[in-house]
Amino acid sequence: MLRIGKIPIAAFSLFIIAFPWIAHNIPPIENYIDLMIFAGIYCLMTIGLSLLMGYAGQISIGHAAFYGIGAYTSAILTVHYGLNPWLCMFFGMIMSAIIAVLVGAPSLKLRGHYLAMATLAFGIIVYIIFNEEASWTGGPDGMTGIPGLNLFGFAFDSVEKYYYLVWIFVFAAFIFTANLIQSSTGRALRAIHVSEPAAGAMGVDISAHKLLVFVYSAVLASLAGSLYAHYLNFINPATFDLFFSIKLLIMIALGGMYNIWGAIIGAGLITFLSYEWLHYFEEFEVIVYGAILLLVTIFLPNGLVGAPEIVKSWFRK
Amino acid sequence: MNFVGEENILEVSRVVMAFGGLMALSHLSFKVKRGMIKAVIGPNGAGKTTLFNIITGSFHPTEGSIIFKGLPLEHLKAHKIARRGISRTFQTVELFGNMTVLENVMLGCHTRVRTSFLASGFRLPIARQKEIQIQEKAMKILKFIGLADKFEDPAGSLPLGEQKILEIGRALASDPELICLDEPAAGLNETETYVASSLIRAINAKGITILLVEHDMKVIMNISDEIVVLNYGQKIAEGSPREIQNDARVIEAYLGGGT
Repeated sequence: MLRIGKIPIAAFSLFIIAFPWIAHNIPPIENYIDLMIFAGIYCLMTIGLSLLMGYAGQISIGHAAFYGIGAYTSAILTVHYGLNPWLCMFFGMIMSAIIAVLVGAPSLKLRGHYLAMATLAFGIIVYIIFNEEASWTGGPDGMTGIPGLNLFGFAFDSVEKYYYLVWIFVFAAFIFTANLIQSSTGRALRAIHVSEPAAGAMGVDISAHKLLVFVYSAVLASLAGSLYAHYLNFINPATFDLFFSIKLLIMIALGGMYNIWGAIIGAGLITFLSYEWLHYFEEFEVIVYGAILLLVTIFLPNGLVGAPEIVKSWFRK
Repeated sequence: MNFVGEENILEVSRVVMAFGGLMALSHLSFKVKRGMIKAVIGPNGAGKTTLFNIITGSFHPTEGSIIFKGLPLEHLKAHKIARRGISRTFQTVELFGNMTVLENVMLGCHTRVRTSFLASGFRLPIARQKEIQIQEKAMKILKFIGLADKFEDPAGSLPLGEQKILEIGRALASDPELICLDEPAAGLNETETYVASSLIRAINAKGITILLVEHDMKVIMNISDEIVVLNYGQKIAEGSPREIQNDARVIEAYLGGGT
């Protein structure tokens, strides 16, 4: 049975809770708390994407767009209209859901990778809009003055506070998704991935399931975007370009897309690689990503979470 | 089983299926009475699997209609047809190999019992109840088909004979009134074939109508009540096993006629 164990979840939660304290006591990694906020934001996206790709077998090359829609909805509604940030976050999610239905419904009715094509085009269009609609979005310069978050007078104004806020969202998304995978919906998704004719013959509404997961992953990406905007208080279009969509795919390929733990591991690793460990390569960074993707697909088709299995099989020989 | 004079559960009437210029089925009509085992036979490429794909909604026919329990279903999608009460197996086994034996049958239950997206995600009590209900029903079916002791094995690890049986079990999980079995004995040895035919009989004894495509003539002649013979997408004969065995056109289609 596909079970997501309680012990790893508990162990990981403890690690997340203790991490700021650990980092504070080891000066060289003190800035890692800040990186972990980004890792958490990326986790929200990769959790949804791993469900979409690993379980439902659909590829989206446009998730940066939903990330951007979340961020820009939050930014525009707070800066131009002074609305409550939480409300804006919610509006962003609704907006992303509606757009995901519009983009996904026609392409998911067809068999094959039409969603990849549709989302690729969609991502590029949204990126152009962010750049060109300068009166709303500030154009290539982006938007500043996005307010931070606070709840009943409690402001998430320090790195630690925001860290816990983000990881509470990640935890909730993780549990929700884990529950989903271990239910009839999850079984249906895995069935679709293996054989659409058989899933259909067993009463699974294939296009509805694919659409549902696509919308869910878009909503999570939008939430991630809002959290990003309210954390940095500044956004510009470059964050939401095509390369970022591809980077998300690299994250789940690296971690392993058939397991939601892979989403967490992949997002965490790529965050640290891109913000910290790969600076040395400068513009050649892209080549390193390419090499990672290549090596992982050849030697670790199930990603890093699949690595223990492979090592075990060596010993069995 | 006595089905004479009872309702037609399935009526295939004047069905045409054209793939470009190729007529896979041309004006095919036949009826299946509730409770019978009806076999569809014919040489390779006669259109048997195409017929199954049309009945179960993988293809929509170019012309003609399929009436199931009095209602047309030729325009419906596969999952809607499954919900109306038709289930199927596949010629080449289409199990979910990475899932366990139990999960495969549990997926079959999807037609009747499933939990909504939000109920599953929040793990509401109703979702847990339903999950238990699904599991119990699936276990019952595994006991019926004799695979209960292997419930935790990955479906892909079973020998072919058991995979075929499991596919039938999965089809049963949707509480069908009609099961379409596409070559249930293909690739099986004699013992496995015996097990499969006994299972088909046992399912039929529960009152489930069976439509069967098969090449193994011994199986066909043993278990079917009526046979339809197809050749090049057309019906060339229909009747009891005895009538079919003596039909000159059938013998010609199979052996190649010198006349």
